[in-house]
Amino acid sequence: MPNVSMTVNGRNVSGEIEGRTLLSEFIRDTLQLTGTHVGCDTSQCGACVVHADGRAVKSCTMFAWEAEGADIVSIEGMANADGSLGVIQQAFQDNHGLQCGFCTPGMVMSAAALLQDNPDPSEAEIRDYLEGNICRCTGYHNIVKAIQAAAGSLRAAA
Amino acid sequence: MYDFEFERPATVADAVAALRTEGAQVLAGGQTIIPTMKNRLAQPVKLVSVGGIADMSGVSVGDGCLTVGAATCHADVAAAAAGAYPALASLAANIGDPAVRNRGTIGGSIANDDPASCYPAAVLASGADIITDRRRLAADDFFLGMFETALEEGELILEVSFPIPDAASYQKFEQPASRFALVGAFVARSGGLVRVAITGASDSGVFRWREAEAALSDDFSRSSLNGLALSPEGMISDIHGTPEYRAHLAGVLTARAVEAA
Ligand SMILES: Cc1cc2nc3c(=O)[nH]c(=O)nc-3n(C[C@H](O)[C@H](O)[C@H](O)COP(=O)(O)OP(=O)(O)OC[C@H]3O[C@@H](n4cnc5c(N)ncnc54)[C@H](O)[C@@H]3O)c2cc1C
Ligand code: FES
Ligand code: FES
Repeated sequence: MPNVSMTVNGRNVSGEIEGRTLLSEFIRDTLQLTGTHVGCDTSQCGACVVHADGRAVKSCTMFAWEAEGADIVSIEGMANADGSLGVIQQAFQDNHGLQCGFCTPGMVMSAAALLQDNPDPSEAEIRDYLEGNICRCTGYHNIVKAIQAAAGSLRAAA
Repeated sequence: MYDFEFERPATVADAVAALRTEGAQVLAGGQTIIPTMKNRLAQPVKLVSVGGIADMSGVSVGDGCLTVGAATCHADVAAAAAGAYPALASLAANIGDPAVRNRGTIGGSIANDDPASCYPAAVLASGADIITDRRRLAADDFFLGMFETALEEGELILEVSFPIPDAASYQKFEQPASRFALVGAFVARSGGLVRVAITGASDSGVFRWREAEAALSDDFSRSSLNGLALSPEGMISDIHGTPEYRAHLAGVLTARAVEAA
């Protein structure tokens, strides 16, 4: 079987794959990083969003071999080095930005990508950016609040 | 999904060679072909990724044209075309969602020719040329119908060259769940010549609205569209809209595009 190598959350990893192995499957099944969720597997819900070379992508809609040599960050890479919650994760907890939590990994990864490009997004910009992230629980209101709070903390720290 | 072989060439020449394998298909952003393969509606023997070919990615401007490499993702077009061709940049910026825009490409969009997709309207209204590994095709000769183009077996789109119009706008009425165009209208004026392309509406895919073009070439104003209407005949009918609704919407969006251009 072919082999693929990439960096995931700063660690060099490699493993055997098939052509059809999705990046989401490689991350969850091979690497056992099960924080990345698969909600729809049809490119609609955004629960599987990770960063590939700094950009948000749906890992269920990319083959593992397309990530050869790439720098991947998943939700596990968002925590602080000591294992405590990172700024965006903490803001989701503080603002009750989740209920069941299924969509949350994708929401946090999308939020991180947004704040990387736009450190002070308006509410409309946040809602627009989350177009591909579906939450069945929260009504989005507290997710938006969490991202605004995280943006404030990150700006204060910068 | 059935398994398949894969290649990730670094040059156009290697990609063209790899595509000679019977049953081989191009993989660009995968935002259409991967879901299709999951449904087993496509079963390529081999996928040839163009993601590693530097020559096929990027936007350049020169000689009154904006040229987009076929493997350039929507997000990169949105950023790089904003100065030279804002209507095209804004179209790209409103395709799907950010993650789709970070992967999906212009080449994949026009090769697939989904009747509800956005880029075909821009390509047709701008009178763009599609440059492949074997020829240069005018937009008018490229789109043949729903999911149907002039591309031959194994033919690879390399770039799309848009003559930059004096004024242009794309207006899309989103189908709220998929964010594809329920109907979209792209209007482009170059000197006294106006082209209007409608997507999302017709059973035969993207098309030019010639009567509107003639009226707008005489007088580029919203009021020249008064009294003009598209026939509902041959328009798409589905749970999202009737043919009458789509024909009406095409008129409304064309008028809005003229105003915004
Ligand atoms: C949730 C979601 C929302 C979307 N919303 C919209 C929208 O609002 N508007 C819109 O227009 N689109 C939308 N899309 C489609 C998106 O724009 C896709 O990117 C596009 O249709 C296909 O591009 P791709 O690069 O992903 O192509 P792929 O999926 O990789 O390929 C598609 C087809 O094109 C062929 N192909 C690809 N590149 C070439 C080439 N260079 N030469 C020859 N053949 C080639 C492939 O062989 C395949 O048959 C959406 C998609 C998703 C998943
Ligand atoms: S699991 Fe990937 S978009 Fe839903
Ligand atoms: S918190 Fe349950 S899906 Fe978003």
